Amino acid sequence: MSVLPAGPTTRREPVVCVLIALATLAVAFVALCQGATWTTPGETLAGLLGRGDQSFVITQWRSPQVAAGVVFGIALGLAGAVFQNLTRNPLGSPDVIGLDAGAWTGALLVVAFAGGTAGQVAGGAVTTATATALVIYLLSLKQGFSGLRLIVIGIAVNAMLTAVSSWIVLRAELEVAIAGTAWSAGSLNGLDWDEVAWPFAVVGVLAAVLAGQSRALHQAALGDAVAVTTGVRLGVHRFVLVVAGVGATATVTAAAGPIVFVALAAPQIGRRLTGSAGVPLLPAALTGALLLVTADLVAQVVTRPVPLPVGVVTTAVGGLYLIWLLVKEVKR
Amino acid sequence: MSETRSGPALLGWLLACAVLLAVLGVLSLCVGARPVPLGEVVQAFTGYDGTDDHVVVRDVRLPRTLLALAVGAALAVAGALVQTLTRNPLAEPGILGVTAGASFAIVVAVATWGADSQVAMLLAAFVGSAVATVLVYAVGGSSPLRLVLAGVALSAVLAGVTLGIRLTMPDVFDSYRFWSVGSLAGREQTALGLPLAAIGVGVVGALLLVRPLGAVALGEHVAHTLGAHVVRTRVLTVVLVTLLAGAATAVAGPIGFVGLIVPHLARRAARGSIGWLVTLCLVLGPALVLFSDIAARVLLPTGEVPVAVVTAFLGGPALIWVVRRYGTVAL
Repeated sequence: MSVLPAGPTTRREPVVCVLIALATLAVAFVALCQGATWTTPGETLAGLLGRGDQSFVITQWRSPQVAAGVVFGIALGLAGAVFQNLTRNPLGSPDVIGLDAGAWTGALLVVAFAGGTAGQVAGGAVTTATATALVIYLLSLKQGFSGLRLIVIGIAVNAMLTAVSSWIVLRAELEVAIAGTAWSAGSLNGLDWDEVAWPFAVVGVLAAVLAGQSRALHQAALGDAVAVTTGVRLGVHRFVLVVAGVGATATVTAAAGPIVFVALAAPQIGRRLTGSAGVPLLPAALTGALLLVTADLVAQVVTRPVPLPVGVVTTAVGGLYLIWLLVKEVKR
Repeated sequence: MSETRSGPALLGWLLACAVLLAVLGVLSLCVGARPVPLGEVVQAFTGYDGTDDHVVVRDVRLPRTLLALAVGAALAVAGALVQTLTRNPLAEPGILGVTAGASFAIVVAVATWGADSQVAMLLAAFVGSAVATVLVYAVGGSSPLRLVLAGVALSAVLAGVTLGIRLTMPDVFDSYRFWSVGSLAGREQTALGLPLAAIGVGVVGALLLVRPLGAVALGEHVAHTLGAHVVRTRVLTVVLVTLLAGAATAVAGPIGFVGLIVPHLARRAARGSIGWLVTLCLVLGPALVLFSDIAARVLLPTGEVPVAVVTAFLGGPALIWVVRRYGTVAL
């Protein structure tokens, strides 16, 4: 199933986007109420405004995690939409082709061998994610370019990188190893404001850059020739897209570990909800936020009192979604 | 067929592989957290007198080596069978989600019924791998690459749910931690009789099935003319694959990629003869798992890497090579 050329923005799209955003806010509010214990909505509102004895718990413990769910969801949705547009294949998303695993390996290498401040971890993640993208692309070139071949090669690279990172985790000191294991499933648990501040800033910048590219993305989806005649500089455009996509993936992975399948599913769900012809960025970003916040809420509730890593939930749900995509593809 | 012409060369290959396997077997008895010199290893079998070295060799390393031999043979033969049956170079129990299905079923059986007997675990593994096989083929259809995607997706779902179950019941699964990542460590003390017997049955069955499977691989019409039962052969092959992959997973956890690498190494030497392919896999599979297991023991200064980590690292390049070589045809 190839990505169809993007048509004009449907009239449905703005309405659906507002609805998804509202749903995200609603789920985020429920997530604020639901921590280790349930806080009534009234108390939660009061807590958000700095009143009541739950205030500290809500503003300092639960808020960063919920905010991370929203912002990282946006980042993953955007990264997925970018790569699905570039490969013109819904399966060509960063988590399937091993970019998450690449970023994760880089982050672990920095933590294990270089001490690792937040900035260094992010740098390592971006470096290895970029290298991974390059290697996969070069390996998949043979008698031209094939999307499916790139994806299966990505899966192979993914397996190797996962093996390397579990080796690093096992090499590490026991305490690092235990933290690393929970982190390696992708988890938002226990994030605080200091840890999420710089990733939020980076995601904000990347989202702004991508917003600037959205018209060019539209034109490029109509075909290279159309894009060039309408004044899109394709080389620059693709370069910016790859940098932003890798950057978003690596930022989220450095902060929260490899949260997979949001990048795969969000753009496709967003596209179907809005009835768009292409894979537009805004619905993908909003759907990503809704998916990740919901998955994190589920992860908190299912196995109380011990919260699951959110990656476990997204893996299970996303894998089912991937199977459904394949079933549909076979039926065509 | 051409077996008479290439017979001596093939025998040479087989002999070389057997020597390699023997060397690895001896290494596997010597290498580990407590290195044992070769002389002591020999002494442990000829003149056992209960020193620490002798105990390590006979009670820890020997069962573990046997286990690696059996698991390697099972996974490699399962890979050879399924690749021949589907004529798909990417088919492999690990990639197709068969091993994930087996380990998922075992975890569910342990969590819900507290299954801890070997019969129950083997049964669960068998059912799980059979269901996973059917599901992946139903979704993946006939395209090799799509089959891989379906297998990976199913593995991801099952792995997610399995991890969820394990995290919610940490007490129940404490003893399964090593098993759940695919490892031969810590399996030395369990009774290996039943799973090894199951693998033995599977391997013998595979050897008996070689002739009809060779006929079926030539195409349905040719198979009919040669007097082979097409449907019966196919069903038996799938049963054997699930038995072999299920039994291997039940004892060692999910170990991937062995069934992919080994048949590809053996295929060129076997020159189209399925009998030789299975025979070479029988020797090379154990050699690969033994090699990976020895590497798993020495890669960490402090402990052990799960053997599945080593096979995944070796398997990635193999998968890339296969896709680049065969992938374009099947698209």
